[in-house]
This record gives sequence, C-alpha cells and structure tokens, in this order.
Amino acid sequence: MEKFEQLTGLVAPLDRANVDTDAIIPKQFLKSIKRTGFGPNLFDEWRYLDHGEPGMDNSQRPLNPEFVLNRPRYQGASILLARQNFGCGSSREHAPWALLDYGFRVIIAPSFADIFFNNCFKNGILPIVLPEATVDTLFRETEAKEGYRLTVDLAAQRITTPSGEVFEFEVDASRKHCLLEGLDDIGLTLQHVDEIRAYEQRRRQEAPWLF
Amino acid sequence: MTGKTLYDKLWDAHVVRTDEEGTSLIYIDRHLVHEVTSPQAFEGLRLAGRKPWRTDTVLATPDHNVPTTDRSRGIEDPIARTQVETLDANVAEFGITYFPMGDVRQGIVHVIGPEEGATLPGMTVVCGDSHTSTHGAFGALAHGIGTSEVEHVLATGCLVQKKSRNMLVSVDGKVGPGVTAKDIVLAIIGELGTAGGTGYAIEFGGEAIRDLSVEGRMTICNMAIEAGARAGMVAVDDKTIDYVKGRPYSPQGEQWERAVAAWQDLKSDDDAEFDRVVHIDVTQIAPQVSWGTSPEMVVGIDAKIPDPGEESDEVKAGGMRRALEYMGLEANTPITDIAIDKAFIGSCTNSRIEDLREAAAVAKGRKKADSVKLALVVPGSGLVKKQAEEEGLDRIFLDAGFEWREPGCSMCLAMNADRLEPGERCASTSNRNFEGRQGRGSRTHLVSPAMAAAAAIAGHFVDIRDFG
Ligand code: SF4
Repeated sequence: MEKFEQLTGLVAPLDRANVDTDAIIPKQFLKSIKRTGFGPNLFDEWRYLDHGEPGMDNSQRPLNPEFVLNRPRYQGASILLARQNFGCGSSREHAPWALLDYGFRVIIAPSFADIFFNNCFKNGILPIVLPEATVDTLFRETEAKEGYRLTVDLAAQRITTPSGEVFEFEVDASRKHCLLEGLDDIGLTLQHVDEIRAYEQRRRQEAPWLF
Repeated sequence: MTGKTLYDKLWDAHVVRTDEEGTSLIYIDRHLVHEVTSPQAFEGLRLAGRKPWRTDTVLATPDHNVPTTDRSRGIEDPIARTQVETLDANVAEFGITYFPMGDVRQGIVHVIGPEEGATLPGMTVVCGDSHTSTHGAFGALAHGIGTSEVEHVLATGCLVQKKSRNMLVSVDGKVGPGVTAKDIVLAIIGELGTAGGTGYAIEFGGEAIRDLSVEGRMTICNMAIEAGARAGMVAVDDKTIDYVKGRPYSPQGEQWERAVAAWQDLKSDDDAEFDRVVHIDVTQIAPQVSWGTSPEMVVGIDAKIPDPGEESDEVKAGGMRRALEYMGLEANTPITDIAIDKAFIGSCTNSRIEDLREAAAVAKGRKKADSVKLALVVPGSGLVKKQAEEEGLDRIFLDAGFEWREPGCSMCLAMNADRLEPGERCASTSNRNFEGRQGRGSRTHLVSPAMAAAAAIAGHFVDIRDFG
C-alpha cells in the first residue's frame, strides 16, 4: 500500500447524499480479476452518456458535460468532497480501487458507510469525517473559487484551506499508523500468531464443533 | 454489573487480543467466498507466499456471475467466465471446499451457508459481500468485508475490528395478514434511514421477530446493511436449533448436545443495556413498496408517492426530486397506479423455499399480465430449486407464464445476462433499488415475494390484502 503523509490537492465537489458503491463503480466492471484499471469507469453511469462495458475504449466514449468531474476546472482533483453516507451499499473494494485509480487520495464527507470507510484505509485513501456545517463551508468555497486546493496533513490531523483556515479531524491511531507507514496489516496480525494459536486451543475446549 | 447483549457475548467469545486503542483481532469461524470479491485476495496470498490459515472454515461457490439459463454451454461472457474459472483454479490450488456451477449445492452464498449448516449459532461469519449480515439470523456475528479483509481472514483466520455500538430494534405486536418479513424490514429501514444503523450492530427482537420463521429472520438480517449496520442478529430459540439440526455441517451426536447447551445463552440478558433502542409497532405496517432510489424511500401499498415540496430538509428534498425524476414518477401518485414491465423473485433476501411458496400461492391458477414482459423466478440454490420442484412450485410458476431458472444472484445486481433495459420498471424481491442496480436506467421497486407475484399478474402494484 502507498503511504499517505501529506497532500495538497485540487478539490472536486460531489453534491449528493447517499452515493452508493453501484454508482461509484457499476457491477459490469467487477468482473475484472485485478485491483487496477478501474479509474476510467469511476462513476461510469454519471460520467458517460452511453452504456459502459469492460474492454471499451473509454477515451472514445461521449462524456456527460453535466457531470461535475467532467468540468475542466476539476481535472486533476485528488480530494473529493461528498455528502452524508458516502459509499453505502455493497462491500466491493472495487469502489476505493476506482477512486484511487482515478487519482483521489482523500474523501471528505459528514459521514461514510462502514465497510467503504474501512476499505479506504486498506488502499491508501484517507476518508475524513467533518461536521456537516464544515462540509457545507467547503462546498461553498470549492464552488466559489476555481482552483480551490486543500492541504491535508495526516500526522497533524489538520486540513488547511487556501485562506489559512484550519480544520482538525479525528482518525483512529492504528489506522493512522498503517497509512503513514504504508503498512500491510496482514503482516502486523501475523506478529500475534502465538495469541491466535492460544485462542484456538482455548476455544477448541469450549466449542469443539467449530474445529 | 449490567448484563450483556447478544452482540457483546458474540464479540467477547471471539476476541483474540485488543490493543491499547481498542482495536481487536476477532477470530473467524466461517468464511464464505464467491467469485467477484476473491480473485485479488487469492492473488495477494500468492504474491506474499502465504497459505490459508485454516482451509476447513472456508466454503466457496460462484453466484454473482453465473447464468441462470441452460448451463450446459458454460458461461458465454468471456470476462465472467474468466472470473469463475479463476475461482475454480484458486479453490483447487488452496484446497478449499467448493460447490461449483453444476453442483446441486451451488447457489447464493447467503442461502447455502445456512442450508448446509455451515452457519451455526454463536459463530463469527464473514464474506466479501455486504449481505453477510443475513447469517446473524442464527444468533451469529456476521458481516461483510472488503477484498483486503478477505485476504486478511484467509491468511490469519482473524479480522481486525473495532467493536460497534449496540442497537435493539424491537418489533412489537402481531403482524397483520399479507405482511411478511420483507415488509417489516423495509418499514424498519424507512424508519431508521439508510445511515441510521451506521456504527451499530443491530439486534432484532420483539414479538413479531420471535413469531417469524428462521427464513423470515434471515430476510430481516439480510437488509440490516441497508440500514447502515454491518451486522444484524436475532437471539437463538428453539426454531433456530430445529433449523440447523441434521444439516451436513451441523454437529452430530454428543457434540450436538454440547452445542445446543452452549447456544441457550445466545440472547441478550434481561438487564443488558443498549446504546439505542427503537420500537416498531408491527400492527401499523402495511405491505411495503419502495418508490425511490434508496431503500429508505419506501411507503405502504395503500399510500401515495411522497411530495418533495413537503420535505423541510433541503438535501433530502433534493434527493427525493432526483429520485422521482430517475424513477419517472410524480409526487402524490397512488402506489397502486404504478404499472410494471418486469418482476423478479429471487436474491439472498427472498429466494428460499418459503419465499417461493409465498409467491407460488399468489401465482397459482392465474396468469401473468400481457403487459408484463418477464416474470423471473430464480431460486437461491440448487437445493431450493430441487425442493420447489418436488413441491410442484415450478409448474405453478410456468403455468402462470413466469420463468423458472437456475440458481444465482441474477437480476438482483444484473451482472449476468438477466437485467432490465433502460427505463424498465421492476417489482423486485431483492434488497437494493439504487440507480442502475438492475441495469443502466433500471427502475426498481422493492417488495415481498407475494407482492411481486401479484404485481406480475395485475400488471401494476396491488394490495396483496385485497388480492383474493
Ligand atoms: S443476491 Fe444480490 S445482494 Fe445477494 S449476494 Fe447476490 S448480488 Fe449480493
């Protein structure tokens, strides 16, 4: 996993609540057996005017000019601003894979769906929960000013706006550590092999039908 | 000291260790695997040179991508075929129990786990699929995980987790006629909202839940995720124990006796405290129909489509307008005026034998409306299909002009050939009515199996209570 320490990036506003994982990456693209290459199909049904299928040359497809990510001013965005319950729906990790592949490293929203939130951390994406009012402010500022960029500092847990305003955010200490170091948590868990074995031994006495 | 909730008990019994910040390693007793969320996990194991921690906890089957029509020619779509063949190869390489396409035990993971007795009370169950919450119906702690976590559980037998908060949804009273588990859970989601359960493990209790069959409880827990909760669960009672008895993976003989004794405790203590308690009066619930593009957008069959003009919350009103536009509907239209193009009876929510019996009881001796292009019945597993055929349900459906198919996820998410065309409207027993879920531009209305069958016959939604 790629580390995440600090990022200054262009912000793109996606002004809808309950954006679900089917919208983030439609099911036809889940047939892939890889982790990469999902970026061109991120938000496929909103982004293109035709129906997308795996294997198509996406550069030849008609773009939906109305869709926010297609507007020239948001090209190259790496921070996605979203509304409540972002990432609801399925457990598909293809959703964070698509966001990452597109170029997003940070997602800011008032709330996230649990599984999606968790999946982000496993892929080097930082999901940040901010109060609704703060998110509203960020939406206003992003839309008002072309080229609006935020600086996100994970170690300090701070977001800085172009005017120098600072918002602090919470992040779980162990997730922060993994993200800062780019750690694979399977390796971390396997440091506790003895404890897992001890648990199994105890459990085998209590509930032998599980073994 | 106050008592423990069912969730507390399940959690405590599975903690391997907890670090200073409260992050735990949880031991996993059952891991279900399907073709869509596993290839990258197996690839990860291979690249790291890791082996599965325990292969005997894992059970795999293809379900999302498999065709529901004649399977003798295999899978036509080359990309879907590659994915299923990748699973075939991975289970062979790692030595995992597998119900491949063509095996009578193949089916939707959440149907076959309980069917095989692979889901047992007191277990932790995971799968790379959000509807793993289904298995909580057995007094198990069950939730969906992402592909990185699939790899983690394969490699370590454990999952990294933080404990959720406890919520009790108490469904009180006796259900009225025509009201099924599906209607109850849709009404609960309408009440809680799709994010209402975020951060919680939900226990469903109360008289109406106790009165439900185990299959009905599975329907309820299945959709806990649609209320934002990763896990839903129901306390163990005699019905649970009767259901698991004698299944292929269930304990036998002396082990069975010990297990049953241990399972008696799988309920919340009387003095347990929940962080949140929600009461639902089941006597107020009518058969439900979703009208929008989120499962919380749901009303009773006797209601009209809500008016965004009357919603004070602007973000919500905007969402409603967008949903109405997508669904091609007008505010204040009576639900019974909405005509459908197709009906789908299936998915891990409603594809078990009781669901098929309910739908068949409605279809019996009747005919699908000519205006309805397709009424699709897709059993949840090969064994459900077999049993339904032994009971003659397939004949009832076929005589009514419905189609009878091979088991799989099918039009629940339309990854295979079963899908809606743009703009088509469907009465569907599945669990998600998101934009594009059943095909690009598809319009999904979530309903119970009986309501879906009735809509297929009438050509529009009808109140099953008047459908004599
Ligand atoms: S039936 Fe639908 S919800 Fe259930 S596992 Fe399959 S795709 Fe997911």
